[in-house]
Amino acid sequence: MAQKTVIEAIREGMDEEMARDPSVFLIGEDVGQRGGVFLASDGLYKKYGEYRVIDSPLAESCVVGVAIGAAVNGMRPIAEIQFADFIAPAMNQIIEEAARFCYRTAGDFNLPMVIRAPWGGGVHGALYHSQSIEATFGHIPGLKVVAPGTPADAKGLLKAAVRDPDPVLFLEHKRTYRLVKGEVPDGDGVVPIGKADIKREGTDLSLIAYGLMLTYCLQAAEKLAADGISAEVLDLRTIKPIDQDAIVATAKKTGKVLVVHEDTRFAGIAAEVMAIIMEHAFDALDAPIMRLTGPDVPAMPFNHVLEEAFMPNVDRILAKAKELAAY
Amino acid sequence: MATKTQEVEAKGGQSRHRSLGLSDDQALRIYEVMRLARAIDERMWLINRQGRAPFVISCQGQEGAQVGTAAALRPGHDWVAPYYRDAGVILWFGMTARDQMLSFFARREDPNSAGRQMPGHFGSRRLHIVTGGSPVATQLLHAAGVALASKQRKEDAVTAAYFGEGAASQGDCHEAMNFAGIHKLAVIFVCENNGYAISVPQSRQMAIQNLADRAAGYGFPGVVVDGNDVLACYEVTRQAVERARRGEGPTLIEAKTYRFTPHSSDDDDKRYRQAEEVAIWRQKDPIQRYATYLRESGILTDPVEREITERVDQQVDEATEYAEQAPDPTPDDLMTFVYKQGTVS
Ligand SMILES: Cc1ncc(C[n+]2csc(CCOP(=O)(O)OP(=O)(O)O)c2C)c(N)n1
Ligand SMILES: [Mg+2]
Repeated sequence: MAQKTVIEAIREGMDEEMARDPSVFLIGEDVGQRGGVFLASDGLYKKYGEYRVIDSPLAESCVVGVAIGAAVNGMRPIAEIQFADFIAPAMNQIIEEAARFCYRTAGDFNLPMVIRAPWGGGVHGALYHSQSIEATFGHIPGLKVVAPGTPADAKGLLKAAVRDPDPVLFLEHKRTYRLVKGEVPDGDGVVPIGKADIKREGTDLSLIAYGLMLTYCLQAAEKLAADGISAEVLDLRTIKPIDQDAIVATAKKTGKVLVVHEDTRFAGIAAEVMAIIMEHAFDALDAPIMRLTGPDVPAMPFNHVLEEAFMPNVDRILAKAKELAAY
Repeated sequence: MATKTQEVEAKGGQSRHRSLGLSDDQALRIYEVMRLARAIDERMWLINRQGRAPFVISCQGQEGAQVGTAAALRPGHDWVAPYYRDAGVILWFGMTARDQMLSFFARREDPNSAGRQMPGHFGSRRLHIVTGGSPVATQLLHAAGVALASKQRKEDAVTAAYFGEGAASQGDCHEAMNFAGIHKLAVIFVCENNGYAISVPQSRQMAIQNLADRAAGYGFPGVVVDGNDVLACYEVTRQAVERARRGEGPTLIEAKTYRFTPHSSDDDDKRYRQAEEVAIWRQKDPIQRYATYLRESGILTDPVEREITERVDQQVDEATEYAEQAPDPTPDDLMTFVYKQGTVS
């Protein structure tokens, strides 16, 4: 076990998978010589050469479309979208093609491919370097969507994604890259896709989150404990397929649930989690399910006052959780 | 790198196929697959007009471009990423009349999609036919990716990607040719330029006469070929295959051709083109033209033609009968194969 950052864990995960399986390769903008704009692939170009770590042209549909073709022909591509905000040019290839290969051929074709995308705000990235895309892609059957929040989960889920027979959108929260450190187990440490994780046990209420908001919820839970409120923190880790059992279990256990995400509110992941709880744990509820989310504005502004106004933070989680506890 | 667009002229002579390295049997086989593609399509229209099946999209008029190019590839070894008109390509690559009819009737046994996709959305992993969806030009990037994998593993497979001249306006077309050019991938881009994208004529699709000219911008050769001359299509594709196998990279082949039918069974082509124009092109039917050549070279005799017609008709009859009786998918089939592992809803 060693302390690592999220970005180190992701780099190590890619390195180990590429060493283990010669069909694994990385393609994306600036991933080669430069090692990626966040240095996620630092050193891999030198180690594996230009046909395992491919500097793509500046064209996202190309990155994903070529990855699809390579996956058809026996490879296991990892396609990097430089920022989640620039995934739109590839949406046709992801939604209409990658997500449907298996279904439209009744299983004759499947696509073992990963699309990595750095996402999320709080980095002064403004409208086009801060976006959350999990609800948009979580809506697409045929895709899997994961959003780890810790180094161990990032590495373990990346390995699971590379080994998965279906296309996986792997969301890496930019703010967590160097902010969040943690123990990463030696060896494979594969984390199964589709399994949420209780990051803190509690009895009075449940905080459900993923990505950067997991870290904020854990900090809020610590402060709540000082006030005598026992908060359970459930890390979804996988957005799709969502871990319904874990959501229902924590709702039944505490009877009070707050869902937190920075993605915009309308038809967001919180709405889905709330619906699951209403369908399966209604009788166990002691309060209306609450959510704390980004507002329904097009994207996160650059100015720091506006950015802070957009992002849920520890204080806001705390305030909302106290409101819930007092209900 | 400067590359020059070549015009390939149809050369005369009664042993043209032999000078291209095709045996008499191979030349006849090309003819038979063209005939089969046409016959299946004609039967589909008949059945559609009788109200027994909802949709047809046709290869008619483009069989020369399709079979001629596909015949220069090695089925099952090389790959194709066809588009919806390419019945001639997929029949050459091993699909059967029965497969085509199962897809036409959207039966459970349809090998392309188990009845999930409209006809013309071909796909078979075993036959190296990359599954296609409806959005045009996406398959060009898939072809580049297939070829990238071949290059990564140092295998000599060639990948042919097919598309219409309308699809060439999509960004994916540019991105695919650009990527294939950069990495000198073994891809052959085959544009079946039939002059229209549904109703929109070429003059409203691009400002140039020959799409092949664009190849220069990607650093590889572009070739214009008479798409209704099956042997010319074979010849330019064989050259492109040799170039690709030498590691010299892609070729863009623009086969000038025409579709005889409306865009699909839901289209009325009288709204945008003259019947006279269709009639003129019917005079240039690639099948008739090839038949004339084969007769003149003495290998398509009356008895041989009769045999071919019998075989084709029999395949179409049997395929139709079989597919029309074949079971539909069940409602339970709706939920399967969302993912490869099990049924996830
Ligand atoms: C992205 C996209 N937009 C629109 C359509 C609808 N559509 C289907 S075929 C077609 C025309 C295609 O023309 P072309 O590429 O020249 O092929 P052709 O049908 O002439 O063989 C259109 C507009 C589509 N399938 N995909
Ligand atoms: Mg056209």
